Amino acid sequence: MKLVNPANKRRFKILVVGTGLAGASAAASLAELGYAVEAFTFHDSPRRAHSIAAQGGINAAKNYRNDGDSVYRLFYDTVKGGDYRSREANVYRLAQVSLNIIDQCAAQGVPFAREYGGLLANRSFGGAQVSRTFYARGQTGQQLLLGAYQAMAAQIAAGGVTLHNRADVLDIVVKDGEACGIIVRDLLTGEVQAHSGHAVVLATGGYGNVYYLSTNAMNCNVTAAWRAHRRGATFANPCYTQIHPTCIPASDEFQSKLTLMSESLRNDGRIWVPRSMDEARAAADVPEADRYYFLEEKYPAFGNLVPRDVASRNAKTMVDQGLGVGPLRNGVYLDFADVIARDGEAVVREKYGNLFDMYERITGEDPYRSPMRIYPATHYTMGGLWVDYNLMTNVPGLYALGECNFSDHGANRLGASALMQGLADGYFVLPYTIGDYLAPKLGSAPVPVDDPAFAAAVAEVDDRTRGWLAVRGTRSVEHYHRELGKIVWECCGMARNRTGLEKALTEIPALREEFRANVKVLGSADTTNQSLEQVNRVDDFMEMAELKVRDALHREESCGGHFREEHQTPEGEALRDDENFAYVAAWDWQGPDRPQELVKEPLEFKYVKLTQRSYK
Amino acid sequence: MSVGNGAGNGHPATLRLKLRIWRQAGPDEPGAFLDVDAHDIPEDCSFLEMLDIVNERLIEDDVEPVTFAHDCREGICGTCGVMINGRPHGPEKATATCQLHMRKFRDGDEIVIEPFRAAAFPVVKDLMVDRRAFDRVIESGGFISAPTGTAPDANEIPVPKDVADFAMDAAACIGCGACVAACPNSAAQLFTAAKLGHLNVLPQGQPERWRRAEAMVETMESFFGSCTNHGECTEACPKEISLDFIAVLNRDYLKAKVKNRRLASQT
Repeated sequence: MKLVNPANKRRFKILVVGTGLAGASAAASLAELGYAVEAFTFHDSPRRAHSIAAQGGINAAKNYRNDGDSVYRLFYDTVKGGDYRSREANVYRLAQVSLNIIDQCAAQGVPFAREYGGLLANRSFGGAQVSRTFYARGQTGQQLLLGAYQAMAAQIAAGGVTLHNRADVLDIVVKDGEACGIIVRDLLTGEVQAHSGHAVVLATGGYGNVYYLSTNAMNCNVTAAWRAHRRGATFANPCYTQIHPTCIPASDEFQSKLTLMSESLRNDGRIWVPRSMDEARAAADVPEADRYYFLEEKYPAFGNLVPRDVASRNAKTMVDQGLGVGPLRNGVYLDFADVIARDGEAVVREKYGNLFDMYERITGEDPYRSPMRIYPATHYTMGGLWVDYNLMTNVPGLYALGECNFSDHGANRLGASALMQGLADGYFVLPYTIGDYLAPKLGSAPVPVDDPAFAAAVAEVDDRTRGWLAVRGTRSVEHYHRELGKIVWECCGMARNRTGLEKALTEIPALREEFRANVKVLGSADTTNQSLEQVNRVDDFMEMAELKVRDALHREESCGGHFREEHQTPEGEALRDDENFAYVAAWDWQGPDRPQELVKEPLEFKYVKLTQRSYK
Repeated sequence: MSVGNGAGNGHPATLRLKLRIWRQAGPDEPGAFLDVDAHDIPEDCSFLEMLDIVNERLIEDDVEPVTFAHDCREGICGTCGVMINGRPHGPEKATATCQLHMRKFRDGDEIVIEPFRAAAFPVVKDLMVDRRAFDRVIESGGFISAPTGTAPDANEIPVPKDVADFAMDAAACIGCGACVAACPNSAAQLFTAAKLGHLNVLPQGQPERWRRAEAMVETMESFFGSCTNHGECTEACPKEISLDFIAVLNRDYLKAKVKNRRLASQT
């Protein structure tokens, strides 16, 4: 690994796109090393990034609880949890640096939960058999993000980072095969600008909003990653999506997003539906004999604590069979009556008070009196831009960090591991690896922004953006986004099959065509225009969705978040095909008129033994 | 409210509302209210979803939709926030605009919706304001300098539980700006105090404590008005940040002025 001399680092300009956990930690750390960093966010402030919404916690193999945790165990759990579809080497490094992350964040003043002796508290999370999760109440993501944001703010004040806010990145510029800059639209003035650097770092999050309804923030999008893909960066495993079982069901067709409630609720709540489709009684009046505790009956050993994908799929099966509950019959009950009777309301309030309050605020129902209604929703995307061990995409000079890349979670992410990976990439991986690419470039100036490559890209972005105003169609951007979401959720959601996926492959291009011909965007391109911001993003989702479905169709196995109904055990569990599918599916852009080509990166397991997951 | 299995309960209740929505094309343009007859608004939708519905209908009528800031819609990112009948984030206590639901209103209600109003928060467009002054306050000292890689083992610095809890109470601030919008002087004491209260009580925050207090307070004063102890800020705060932190700010600022001057005279 080549190094850049400390005195020479300031001669390299690095563009960091996105200021969530991965982006802010990378921008701060690179600037501390002396690099000249420019950071870009479409938000009004870096602190708004969606990392802020993570509730549960962050894993680290500190073994502070003396319960036998180790770097090796965290590594092993993560590879197994990912259903053996991640790269061993990357995951091992992640487990190693998990230790440094906690040290770093504690030193920044992140107010982690503490024991009375002043030392750090831990909890067990997401079915892990050791207590390795560090947390700051139910706001761990917020506190870690503020830590990274503040570290970046210090560098902004010191001059190491130049921040561009309300700057929407709409293209990546590649010249002579190397990434050399980005095209940005100023969301206040509409001005399209070129920015040039020695390297470009994308930390732009996941693509969960391809489903329209998800737990992602409204503005989360795939645009920067997708535009990089169109410029040659391969996109890996787009079919891997994590569905979270405990979200509040949609209340009406105007629902804009779904709210996640901590999975910890499943520790004490019992999940059930009425045995009869015609059940008309209120939940509390349904006698035991008429209740179907489907998880407890099917999985006696794990019961309501089966992994996220298993719990989610079973809830969907119930709703699909017409046993759903609530006004729209789109949920299942999560019932706390037993634990309230056993431990008393005060104990339950102490444990889950905040979550119960949040549920009541959103639904108007009191979960102490009637059961909660829950339903799964898209939460996290394991796929993303393909990167090598150094987090560089196949386009030299272009890096992808955090949820934006594909590397560490395989086909399924364990709870409390997203924050860990984002910060690992930003604080402790990229600062070491980027020098290897930059060192040979010492003395070369970045490509000037008046280069024809930039001028062409600026014109393209400007034309594309203004083009939407000229369509003058009849339906809003939201309408098309919602329609796309319905197709993707129905055909490529919790459970997939060939017929559905093939149907989606005809419906998505048809919808995309209609969208491009009939979308209605009002206003001007020269001021703040939220419809215009959104239309570019939905356009990219329209293309991305098709690749996602193709990836799901080609992967003739079930693994983690990807469940193909044709490939299941007699008990209805995911059936992997390690013989034929133990690889990363990376898709290579072939131009707008030809489908992407599949490039396979074989996965070799030297340390982890491949087994079938079982929760019976 | 009891929940049956859905039978006979397929149509959620709806409201008809008289909305007065502030429209302003840009920072230097004049603004005016747009009157909207908002019918068939589901009780179960959130305030921002109500605005989504209004916008969809405006688009149908070829009227440019209303610009408003929003993102996570779960009350944590701090992006959203409007004045609802003169109150930042509206009538429900400890609730950000995105978490306010329409069942808190009655059929026929008039709702006046305006942007947060403060000189330091210029209107960008319609209901969206520019809160970048908050970032300048944080950049002036709202951090602990701990360059990546320098940290000792996390358990080498014990933090008493009550201190950690106090810091967390302050750190819960989401930076939405409701405190500034609620204040008759447009002061940002509660926002600034939340960050000082978080960092200045922790052992890790001690080396920079006095420099931080002086720099943040003075940067704040260069953008915002003065605090005259109305307490409206904490009433409006969706995270119920306590006024006690403003006491910490005042104490630390005063001490910092003395200590920093003494240090300066020694050099």
